[in-house]
Order: sequence, then structure tokens, then C-alpha cells
Amino acid sequence: MSRWDRFLDTFFNLKVMAKYLPDILSGVVLTIELALAVVITGLLAGLILALIRSVGIRPINWLIIFVVDVFRSLPPLVVIVLVYFGLPSAGFAPSAFVSTWMSLALVLMAFAEEIFWAGITSTPKGQWEASRSTGLSFSQTLLSVILPQALRLTIAPLTNRTIAITKGTALGTVVALHEILGMASSAVSNSYNPSPLMMGAAAYIVLFLPVVVAARWIESRFAWKR
Amino acid sequence: MPPIVSAKAIHKHFGTLHVLKGVDLDVAERELVFVIGPSGSGKSTLLRCLNRLEEPTSGSIVVDSIDMLSPRTDINHARQRIGMVFQSFNLYPHMTALGNVTLALRKVAGKSRAEADVLGRAALERVGLADRAHHRPAELSGGQQQRVAIARSIALEPRVMLFDEPTSALDPELVGSVLAVMRSLRESGMTMIVVSHEMGFARAAADRVVFMDHGLIVEQGPPAQIFESPGQERTRTFIGQIQRH
Ligand SMILES: Nc1ncnc2c1ncn2[C@@H]1O[C@H](COP(=O)(O)OP(=O)(O)OP(=O)(O)O)[C@@H](O)[C@H]1O
Ligand SMILES: [Mg+2]
Repeated sequence: MSRWDRFLDTFFNLKVMAKYLPDILSGVVLTIELALAVVITGLLAGLILALIRSVGIRPINWLIIFVVDVFRSLPPLVVIVLVYFGLPSAGFAPSAFVSTWMSLALVLMAFAEEIFWAGITSTPKGQWEASRSTGLSFSQTLLSVILPQALRLTIAPLTNRTIAITKGTALGTVVALHEILGMASSAVSNSYNPSPLMMGAAAYIVLFLPVVVAARWIESRFAWKR
Repeated sequence: MPPIVSAKAIHKHFGTLHVLKGVDLDVAERELVFVIGPSGSGKSTLLRCLNRLEEPTSGSIVVDSIDMLSPRTDINHARQRIGMVFQSFNLYPHMTALGNVTLALRKVAGKSRAEADVLGRAALERVGLADRAHHRPAELSGGQQQRVAIARSIALEPRVMLFDEPTSALDPELVGSVLAVMRSLRESGMTMIVVSHEMGFARAAADRVVFMDHGLIVEQGPPAQIFESPGQERTRTFIGQIQRH
């Protein structure tokens, strides 16, 4: 066996790959489900917190800032471990999927809230005044005038952060979640061959590259001239 | 006839700063009141108190028989009757000119999109910008933007219009187009309160000039009297300063 053959046999072993392809695919499906759940709930929760914060009720805002800062400081892995191994002693035992989802959604919520909030506060005061002076209410102004402008400012940082946190679905392996990485590494230990990991890596690229490209497209679409 | 705007004993504090120190201002229907005064004298704050963008510390404000400071007043409804035009236009950058004009028609006046579009186009027509309905603010000149802002207000058929230095942010060659729109508004019988440095406009169009200094109305009267023979030393000094520019 030449060195090159040995390399192929080790990392791109077709027999091993064929055998574990179904496992990897089921990992892909689970990862997609998890990623969608995290993105939708995390962004929505972050947006709702930012909107509540803009109402400006002091004690509520302090609470929001506290929660957001906690989840921005904790490594996502630590959150997952705490939820999965810690919550059961509080009488609530979420599955591996729910633990990973909750944890990543909370982390995404925290970062998204800060990004939405920055967008809302950087919209000029005159926009509020013009809208309110024509009789729009606080919430009408927030939703029709301020938020569209704020969202445009937030798209770039928000997509970056969302992609980074969604890739954290791989952290679910620590709680034995059968997502791509979990499936790939158990296939590696069963086959004594790292080829499944290469499949896993390829699966991540296939999954996330379109998202990255779509993010670019959204950014360019929302870039109206000021 | 009772005044359409009646502000009595308006005080406004910003923390320890006493910005309005008991201003009384009555404006009759169809009157154009022109407000002048040094920077920081409280002109903008007074205008902003009239539609309650700023909450007066004390005093009373009645506009078109509505007690603006009563907690029972629906302030959003009342604000439809008081148009406001800002120095910096404050158009919504994510909407077209027509979108800017129709937003409050739909959300506040409860018009359908079709009705709002008709009224919005009519308002743009009045400021001479019917052909710019589908342009975004960034595609319009400063003068055009300010005229769209005026259209946004008049589309709601307000009883009073407040102008806070509407031409101060404009290049000199664009000032005329905005003043022309303001003059035609005046000819249509609109009640207007205008804070501005455009003394030529004041002479030509104002019924009354009000001079403010340090949070008080120092002197008021017809333009000729205030500009030619002011009774107060402070007024004379101020008029002298702006005429030298
Ligand atoms: N939101 C605010 N908070 C604190 N101080 C304020 C606020 N708005 C205005 N002021 C102060 O109130 C005073 C009056 O301001 P105002 O804007 O009414 O003056 P003005 O006569 O319109 O001046 P200018 O000609 O420069 O526009 C100024 O000293 C200003 O700094
Ligand atoms: Mg001012």
C-alpha cells in the first residue's frame, strides 16, 4: 500500500462510509431539526426581550440585562451540561434534544437581544418624534418605523452570531445527542476508521454553506440607501 | 372666536434647567405666528410642548378645544390635528415618499390602503411632488424631503401646523421651494406657528412675530413693528445681530 492509498483507506474508506451513511443522514436530519428549533425560538425570544426592554420599565430591564449577560458569559457547553445534568435534580429531566435546544436557544436569545437592542437604540430619535407627532402610538411606531430600520442594521451581526451558535449543535454530543458529530464519532469507534468523521464534516458544510450564502443575499437585499 | 391654540403659564424644567418660565401664547384660527429668539431660548421646547412631544412641568395647553395635558385626552388622536415639521425632516428612510405620507393615514386615521393612497397622492400634489411618490428619501433633495415631510403632516388635515426651523438644514438654493409650499399653505388658511430665521418670509407672511429669550416671551407684535421699532432693548440687539448676517 502506498502512502496515498493508506491515506484514502484511513480517511475516505468507501466501505466504511457506505455502511455508516444512513447513521450520518439521520444525524443530519436531527441537526436540521435542532438548528431550526434553536434559530426560530432563540431569535424570537431575543426580539421579544428587546421589544420589552424598549418600553423602558426599569426593574424589568435590569432583569433582562442580568439574564442576557449571564447567558453571554457562560460557554454554551457549560449551559448544556448544566441543563442536562443539573435540571433533573430540580425535578425536570429534559431529553438530550430538549437540553441542547433550550441551552443554545437561551444563548442565541441573549446575543440576539443585545443585537436587536443596539439596532433599536441606534435608530435616530427624530424617527420616533416624527411618527409620534403624526399620532402613531408607541407600539405602532416601534413596529412600523423603528423595527424595520433596526433590523436592517442588525442583519450582518445577527446572521454571524446565529450561524456561530447554531454550529454549537455539535456540542449535543456531550449529552449523547445523535446529531451529526455524535453519529460520526460513534461510527468511528465502531469501525476503528475516521472516515465517518470526514462524512460528518462534509455534512456540516452541506448544511451551513447555503445558510452562509443566504445570509449574504439577505444582507444585500436589505441594504437600502440612507 | 376663541383661539385655536391656547397655552397658558407653560413651565418646563429639564432637571435643574428651567427652560420655559411661564409662557402664554394664544393663536387665532388662520393666524401665522412667527417665533424668533437666540439659541437656547426655548423655541423648540415650546413647540414640542404644544403637541406634547415634551411634557410641560406645569401650565395648560388647549388645541382645537382639546385639553392636551389632561390624562383623559387620547393624545395620539389629538396629535393628528397638530402637524409638525422638523429641521431634519425625519422622513422614514425605508419607505417611499407615498409610504411616508400614508403611514399615519392608515394606522391612525383608519383609512384603507386605497383611500390612504388617494389622500397621500393629493398631499404630495399639494407640495408639488406627485411625480416623486415612489422615490425613497435618499433619492430626493433636501428641499424635496422637507416638502414630503410637510405632505406627511397635511395629509392628516391638521388644524394647526408647527414648523421648527424647516429650512435651516437646507442648501440656500433649496430654501425657496419649501417657503413657497409654506406660503401656499398659509394662503389656504392653515394656522401656523413657525420657528425660523427666514426674516423675509416673516415680513411677507407672518401676522405676528414673537420674540423669546431665556424661556419667556419678551415682546410680540406685527412684523413691521418688531423688526423696525422693537420696544425692548433685548429684541433690538437680537434683530440687529441677525440682520447683520
Ligand atoms: N431633552 C432635553 N434635555 C435637557 N435639556 C434640554 C433638552 N431639550 C432642550 N434642552 C435645553 O433647553 C434649552 C432650550 O432648548 P431649545 O431647543 O428649546 O432652544 P431653541 O430656542 O430651540 O434653540 P435653537 O435656536 O438652538 O434651536 C437649551 O438650553 C437646551 O440645551
Ligand atoms: Mg430649536
